[in-house]
Amino acid sequence: MSDVEAWITGIGLVSSLGEGLDSHWDALQNGTIRADDKTFAPYVVHPLASLNFDQQIPKKGDQRQMEAWQRIGTYAAGLALDSAGIKGNADILGRTDMIVAAGGGERDLAVDSAILTAKVQGNAAPGFLNERLMGDLRPTLFLAQLSNLLAGNISIVHGVTGSSRTFMGEEAAGIDAIRIALARIASGQSDIALVGAAHNGERKDLLMLYEFGDFNLKDQFAPVWSRGPNGGFALGSGGAFLVIESRRHAEARGAKPYAKLAKVVADRARRGTSGNIRETLETLWTQVGADPSRSAIITGATGAEPATGEERAFLANHAGTAVRATATRFGHTMEAQFPLGVALAALSLSRGALFPPSDPSGTEIAQPSSPTQIVVVGTGHWRGEGMALVEAVK
Amino acid sequence: MANVRDHAGRPVVVVTGMGIVTSLGAGKADNWSKLTAGESGIRTITRFPTDGLKTTMAGAIDFLTTERNTATDLSDLFADLATEEAVAEAGIGTKGNFPGPLFLAVAPVEMDWQMRDEIASALGPKTAIDYDAMLRLSGGGKYRDAHRRFLFGTAADRLADKYGTKGSPISISTACASGVSAIQLGVEAIRRGETDAALCVATDSSVNAEALIRFSLLSALSTQNETPHQASKPFSKNRDGFVLAEGAGALVLESLEAAVARGAKILGVIAGCGELADSFHRTRSSPDGKPIIGCVRNALSDAGMTPEQIDYINAHGTSTPENDKMEYLGISTVFGERAKQIPVSSNKSMIGHTLSAAGAVEAIFSLLTLEHQRIPPTINYDVPDPAIPFDVVPNKARDARVTAAMSNSFGFGGQNASMIMTREPV
Repeated sequence: MSDVEAWITGIGLVSSLGEGLDSHWDALQNGTIRADDKTFAPYVVHPLASLNFDQQIPKKGDQRQMEAWQRIGTYAAGLALDSAGIKGNADILGRTDMIVAAGGGERDLAVDSAILTAKVQGNAAPGFLNERLMGDLRPTLFLAQLSNLLAGNISIVHGVTGSSRTFMGEEAAGIDAIRIALARIASGQSDIALVGAAHNGERKDLLMLYEFGDFNLKDQFAPVWSRGPNGGFALGSGGAFLVIESRRHAEARGAKPYAKLAKVVADRARRGTSGNIRETLETLWTQVGADPSRSAIITGATGAEPATGEERAFLANHAGTAVRATATRFGHTMEAQFPLGVALAALSLSRGALFPPSDPSGTEIAQPSSPTQIVVVGTGHWRGEGMALVEAVK
Repeated sequence: MANVRDHAGRPVVVVTGMGIVTSLGAGKADNWSKLTAGESGIRTITRFPTDGLKTTMAGAIDFLTTERNTATDLSDLFADLATEEAVAEAGIGTKGNFPGPLFLAVAPVEMDWQMRDEIASALGPKTAIDYDAMLRLSGGGKYRDAHRRFLFGTAADRLADKYGTKGSPISISTACASGVSAIQLGVEAIRRGETDAALCVATDSSVNAEALIRFSLLSALSTQNETPHQASKPFSKNRDGFVLAEGAGALVLESLEAAVARGAKILGVIAGCGELADSFHRTRSSPDGKPIIGCVRNALSDAGMTPEQIDYINAHGTSTPENDKMEYLGISTVFGERAKQIPVSSNKSMIGHTLSAAGAVEAIFSLLTLEHQRIPPTINYDVPDPAIPFDVVPNKARDARVTAAMSNSFGFGGQNASMIMTREPV
């Protein structure tokens, strides 16, 4: 099938650095980093900036039905639709295909804690757990936990109904969401898609999951390239959504592109063997086909080892290309990290410059000329590698 | 040789391998014989204490166990068994080297109570247990395996490792439509020409206390606990909710061209898929039925078929008052008067609702219907709902000429997906 050109025509961003494109661009220019090492001490997180959710989720009833990750995502999705100029356009939204990369919602920590305390103190009659859960769980909490209910809430609040698919699987889900959206548009299976993810990093149940693998950054913030031999990631809260559409569809409605989404590739290195991540990244680099003389790299490198160490070795092999790590600035937003990288690539290309380095280790160097291509790299902390090629539209 | 392109010029997608596990048994043969005999797999739950629960029965797969017997372990086991059967039947690739991508429909993964209990026990009774206390004990490598176990991507990782699928495996959740969505992703990849084959798997093991309670709190489950095998009664007037169940289904999809070239036996054709999201409510369908109607029409349009060409509908048919009513509204709007004549049966009357797996499990039963020219019944149909005048193939299987079957799946979060399967390329 012939390859249809795909444009990024809408970007919605919320994070620890604020909301919207201008505030993010300013924060990146100024080197702003909002890491919090107190609230969840000893763990470092990048908490969500204060938002007025009413602006994108007008009904309080809708907000109450969501947990934080869903509110963040629904908000960012609304910003993306605004930015693409299709908010409220029932005709287009009714055929907009949606792919959301999602984890799940948080637990009711108080309910869990009370039950566990009672159980270890000997209140472990058969049915104790059942009775407490029946009595204590909010009936609608389940809907705030289900992975596909971020997409469901976006349908309800913003009216996106062409289709609704939710990919799970940590960082790789974010890569594959954009990969599949592009493949469908490029092959004519879809004209326009809303794609993205959201993450609430301010969650003790998530910190616990990653603490099992000793992945959490502790005690003190450090840029992602300076986290020492054991590495670690600082969870970040944020949402990144993109409107991607065929060039023809965009031109027909007079929409302007931020950038062209030229290619997305992904693979799954067999990580049991040291060096396989690096090798996979090299293969993806060849497949994505960037021109090093006019490109830069935005990576979602997490800080987790050995993945980030292997990625750094890959980057060293392409040392002429300027690199920026989103995790230093935003924390690790898991499923959202790759969509965030693509969003920042499109934003940078639309503004004609890469944002300045923020790294004393020397991995990030100044970019004297303006890139016209940006390769977005995603290396999952545990599995999954991917790259996107985002290009300036002349 | 049949035309290898469909009405839209795309590669025809066929099924060359299928595998299935439900509460009725493991494997296609066992499942099909019990399904067409009208047997129920719904029983009183024995896996965990049910004291205090409103619903105490389920379609649990009790004949399989794992060391921990938890949702993630069982879900992985079911997926593996179904996949092994499907890949063996297809005879595709070489051992551990499946020549295409993996699309896995799987329930959202969560840390389970066994894990929290283990850490709470390690903390002991002297201190109040909360997440801060548990966090202090979580690191240091003692529970390292639990990180992998509770990642969303791990189920797909394990299948990809064992069967050697290619590229980045995709784990999908579209609630109770997930199984269809996994197949649709495979169909689309083959139609794009990215691959000649795809492995589409769907699995669910949600029979645990918290899952039952969650659905109970939303008043979604049947509470007819005294007679478990009669509890699921789709389209009956006295239906009172669905029965939670476990299962897995796996399908090997190939382009017709590739399947013919390697001399594979073709089990059926995936002629078309449709989807359309509903923006009305988190758990309820739009009262006008428009999203379901649009979804069914999208599937027909994708297949290049008219309603007259469909001669069997494998219903979503959950046995909830709401779903069955809305499904009738959707089908009757699209099919007109034929909605009363066309056979519409619900496998869930026998196996319950296998949630994330349902779309794939029911696609396999639809393909077996086409293969055997025999329609599985809707059992427990003793009190017809006059508002739903479907021919539900009541209580007994029926031999019939079936050339094209539609299977519907609808889920929380406004998820609607429909699929059309045929015996021969359209």
